[in-house]
Amino acid sequence: MIRFRHQDREVQLTELRADMTVLEYLREERGLTGTKEGCASGDCGACTVVTVAPEEEGLRYEPVNACIATLGSLHGKQLITVDELQDGETWHPVQRAMIECHGSQCGFCTPGFVMSLFALYHDNPGANREEILEALGGNLCRCTGYRPIIYAAEVALKEGTDDQFSRRRQATHDELTALGDMEREVLALDDRQSQYLRPDTIEELTELLHRNPAARIVAGGTDLLLEATQALKNLDTLIDITAVPALHDIVIDARGIYLGAAVSHRQAKPAILAEYPELEELIERFGSLQIRSKGTVVGNIANASPIGDWPPVFLALDATLVLHSYRGSRELPLKEFFLAYRKTALAEGEFIQGVRIPVRSSQLFFRAYKISKRFEDDISSVCAVMALSMNGDVVTQARVAFGGMAAVPARATGCEEALAGINLRDDALDTVRNALDEDFAPIDDARASATYRSLVARQLLQRLQAEHRGGIATRAHAHDLAYEVGHG
Amino acid sequence: MDKDMPEQLEPSSTGLSGSAGQGIAHESAARHVSGSAVYVDDIPAPSGTLHAYVGLSSITRGRISQLSLNAVRRAPGVIDVITRDEVPGHIDIGPVFPGDPLLLGVGDEVEFHGQVIFAVAAESYRAARQAAKLAEIEYEPLTPCLSIEDGLDQGLFVRPLHEQQRGDVTTALAEAEHRLQGELRIGGQEQMYLEGQVSLCVPEDDGGMLVYSSTQNPTEGQKLVAEVLGIDMHRVTVDTRRMGGAFGGKETHANQWACLAAILAQRTGRAVKLRLARGEDMQATGKRHHFLSRYDVAFSADGTLQGLDLMLAGGCGMSPDLSDAIVDRAMFHSDNAYFIPHVHVEGHRVKTHTVSNTAFRGFGGPQGMVAIEDVMDGIARATGQDPLDVRKRNLYTSEGQRNVTHYGQTVEQELLPRIMERLEETCAYRERRQAITGFNRENAILRRGLALTPVKFGISFTVQHLNQAGALLHVYTDGSVQLNHGGTEMGQGLYTKVAQVVASELQIDIAQIRCTATRTDKVPNTSPTAASSGSDINGMAALAAARTIKERLQKFAAEHFGVTEEAIRFHAGKVSVGEKDFSFAEFVNLAYLHRVQLSATGFYRTPKIHYDRSTGTGRPFFYFANGAACSEVVVDTLTGEYRVERVDICHDVGRSLNPAIDLGQIEGGFIQGMGWLTSEELAWNGEGRLTTVGPATYKIPAIGDTPPVFNVELLPDSPNAEATIFRSKAVGEPPLMLAISVWSALRDAVASLADYQVHPPLDTPATPERVLLACEHLRQGLSTS
Repeated sequence: MIRFRHQDREVQLTELRADMTVLEYLREERGLTGTKEGCASGDCGACTVVTVAPEEEGLRYEPVNACIATLGSLHGKQLITVDELQDGETWHPVQRAMIECHGSQCGFCTPGFVMSLFALYHDNPGANREEILEALGGNLCRCTGYRPIIYAAEVALKEGTDDQFSRRRQATHDELTALGDMEREVLALDDRQSQYLRPDTIEELTELLHRNPAARIVAGGTDLLLEATQALKNLDTLIDITAVPALHDIVIDARGIYLGAAVSHRQAKPAILAEYPELEELIERFGSLQIRSKGTVVGNIANASPIGDWPPVFLALDATLVLHSYRGSRELPLKEFFLAYRKTALAEGEFIQGVRIPVRSSQLFFRAYKISKRFEDDISSVCAVMALSMNGDVVTQARVAFGGMAAVPARATGCEEALAGINLRDDALDTVRNALDEDFAPIDDARASATYRSLVARQLLQRLQAEHRGGIATRAHAHDLAYEVGHG
Repeated sequence: MDKDMPEQLEPSSTGLSGSAGQGIAHESAARHVSGSAVYVDDIPAPSGTLHAYVGLSSITRGRISQLSLNAVRRAPGVIDVITRDEVPGHIDIGPVFPGDPLLLGVGDEVEFHGQVIFAVAAESYRAARQAAKLAEIEYEPLTPCLSIEDGLDQGLFVRPLHEQQRGDVTTALAEAEHRLQGELRIGGQEQMYLEGQVSLCVPEDDGGMLVYSSTQNPTEGQKLVAEVLGIDMHRVTVDTRRMGGAFGGKETHANQWACLAAILAQRTGRAVKLRLARGEDMQATGKRHHFLSRYDVAFSADGTLQGLDLMLAGGCGMSPDLSDAIVDRAMFHSDNAYFIPHVHVEGHRVKTHTVSNTAFRGFGGPQGMVAIEDVMDGIARATGQDPLDVRKRNLYTSEGQRNVTHYGQTVEQELLPRIMERLEETCAYRERRQAITGFNRENAILRRGLALTPVKFGISFTVQHLNQAGALLHVYTDGSVQLNHGGTEMGQGLYTKVAQVVASELQIDIAQIRCTATRTDKVPNTSPTAASSGSDINGMAALAAARTIKERLQKFAAEHFGVTEEAIRFHAGKVSVGEKDFSFAEFVNLAYLHRVQLSATGFYRTPKIHYDRSTGTGRPFFYFANGAACSEVVVDTLTGEYRVERVDICHDVGRSLNPAIDLGQIEGGFIQGMGWLTSEELAWNGEGRLTTVGPATYKIPAIGDTPPVFNVELLPDSPNAEATIFRSKAVGEPPLMLAISVWSALRDAVASLADYQVHPPLDTPATPERVLLACEHLRQGLSTS
């Protein structure tokens, strides 16, 4: 059974399709049509709802793309939808601001914006302009050009958090804690044609995978659910790993940073940035806040897409995967994981338990570059991550990994060899660029041509050198380059 | 009507809320933010409603040799399947000219990848979609034509060539002081309305059909549904309360889904809903036309235009649809704001085996304008001038009679010189130009660019008969008013503006007015809501209806109270008869008791317009809307990535009906235009299959793309010189073209790599890839010279 709270009551679901999305449930099962479908692929945010999860202190409000969220992901949470924000006759502050600032035109994206703003209102009421843009980066509007929505956000966030939800924070916390304390049932949904399973120990998960080798593992589901909503496949057996506490581990110790398989991008961000602040831009540009809230770091590795942004990062940092199955545990260097397009070294019944990045070496010159058509919420044309061990200006060892340049995320081994011994301040990089040309034969697709990919990959080496030398601006989107934020 | 036109609006003095001129909120804003605004897919469907879906071609061009739909019929939940053979009436749904088959059958030719072949109705949306994938179709493949160049070479056109000519361009070019030739590829654009195409058809007991459709053109939907069903138009009612965006994409391309749902509803006797998922929506519906332009221009040493020979070729896709009018509009705007003494423009309507391209905000105008702005930048580089000086020098002006367009229309209201000067001043163009030149000297990698470009956009449908509108107004005995007109609401605020017109005219609070869904049984024979004309023509029709009622009331009161009609004043929610005041409600109730008709229709047709296609001359536009924008960008010349840092706009909306809504149209139009020219790239693979079929690959601007500094001013004190509704101007399309300044600024930044001596080739959209290739072009030119 799936239990969650919605509209001030507990909802219990049992006999529904395992791959039914929250959006289908709201619109088709409940007739709640305030939440809209714009793309059914998690790319436009029109369907944004908010989930509330209890934490040790307080509640965590997160925006979620309902169109690619499983019903199972609601278990133990409160679901808040646009139709319940109004408090009797009183508009919610974010709704009032959207009306007063003329934040809607056709209105179809508006419920999604309202919900993303509502999550921000609770999650970060002191948000500045940049944080507002980050929070709304996953919501597309085709009418307004966004300026009035940015205004509305600033107006709504002016007066701190005080709404009917904050006023019953404790009661909600108690209700959700009580929901979580109820006895779990592994079989969460079963409509006789499909099953949604929620194990809560590693052992149980291992056993379920052993017995159901064709089952699909779901954590955030931000990629997997596209098979249901876009390819129209029936996902008959889904094993949700998010109830396993051990898979939520974030450990920073002498061995480096360890992230469990259920750790979301958003949860991983502070741990990773503490060690690798150079990744800030990449993380901000990774999907949208909705995606980063639900999607997991390990999921981005496991789906073995050639254009995921985490694999090049983890390849360049020489990460190791911790794998587990009924046969036992093993560790596998990430560079041995990707075999071919969307094919990995995972054995039958095996799953990724976590990923470990070794301790940051001293004298590391580290850069991660994402190049895409649109700055926010876009898939990389090229993602280049370069981890150089330095002795002064001289590269002693290089690990350089690329996304978007081959059928799998891959190290540029020729380029790495050519970099070794290079004086990054003084030497020309011609040999390195030529070596890189030999490493990859990229393809043309909707995102970029092969010519551009090769050219930009080469020129990123030049950017790397310019940034090592310093004293010159290299990024068009750098914050310090921007005008004073303001309007005339 | 002209003489009665109120020249002064005094919204503040009346104490009324929602009169014309006030920046009130969109009439549905409260419903938008609460999710209670109902779109077609949100309408509670009648019990037993079926869900329809379509089966699309999997090749680009070929003849269907076998069509096996047994697996579709046997799929769980399937109730009905139709092909061409099951269409009871007309099969072709071409809106102006034939060429758009509703469905296909064995022996028919598929003309684009993603063309609808059959439709299926099932018990659920998912069942219908899954079933639609099960067809087995075999084709005899034919060679497709996939590019404008190939179409031109092969002589493939959907409509004949149209030409406009003035003076003697051959001599002008031959005797030119300076001459320049160039070529530009201008990309198309997906409308990407957030609400996809959708229709719900409910059969009625007398053989009629009630159609809820997300359409800009209910009347055309009504006509085509009647034709495909083989019934009279009076049996079909189309209802459109609101759309979740349209932008031209629902002007003709909403019809097919209504027609298919209607046939399935007629056959099954059940309500049928057809909603396209995003992927199919993007494959099966038309987009903005991509264009190829080639020019040969003559100019003097100071950059004054002397002659222009311009070839425009629009990629129309597989059928005419609206392409004739779209390529015409591109030609009408290939002068943008500039006087060209000798000119020849030819507009080709090229056929390609891709989805039939259709209306999109600007309707060809933007493409024509981009073509001439490319020329202006080229002249600036060739003469070593700031592009702004070249633009200003060539603006239409009555001085020296340089104010007649190449198609013979005089530019009567000369606003652009004033707008350009004003913006140049307020955005500190010259100071910033200097600062940018300095920045670019000091920065090897990042380069800044600046451009200030004008827009002059012609307002009216160029198809003359479409310039008409109707309205229906009911006043009830409690003083409340119900308003209906032929325009549709797609987010642009039309219902709000028209209600403001009525509120002003009747001098009542807007809360007393309810605007009801656009329906073909209330106001018949309407034009599409398009060409920016919505508030111009529907506002006038509603005003006419309100005047009719007012006149009846005045006549009644004059007789009843024994005073002159002039003694009766509607003012501030009251009706004054001499010294005596009535509330509006009291007054209309009194009129009712004396058997005065409180319901009226209103009608409007735009005056003065005409165009003779045989000579390519006339006055196709009632007036022009004008504006200018200045954009500043910073480009990373190593990767081609860039950011728009600041935008300043001054735009002419005449005397605004609603400044808040107009501001929203300007900002939104600008960003949409910026998307068209920058990140929005349509891609097809070598076989002609569209590969950008969702927002994951097709990138419209996101919130972070909004310039951090974005100043928009409505040009003050500039009532429309023509007698439009309260002297306002249309605002829907013109601001989109203000974004040409972004594209021009990008080229300005790139041009800095060669010290502004070279005109960088930069086709649109100017993706980071194209910007980088332009940088490389200049750098390689430098290294070889």
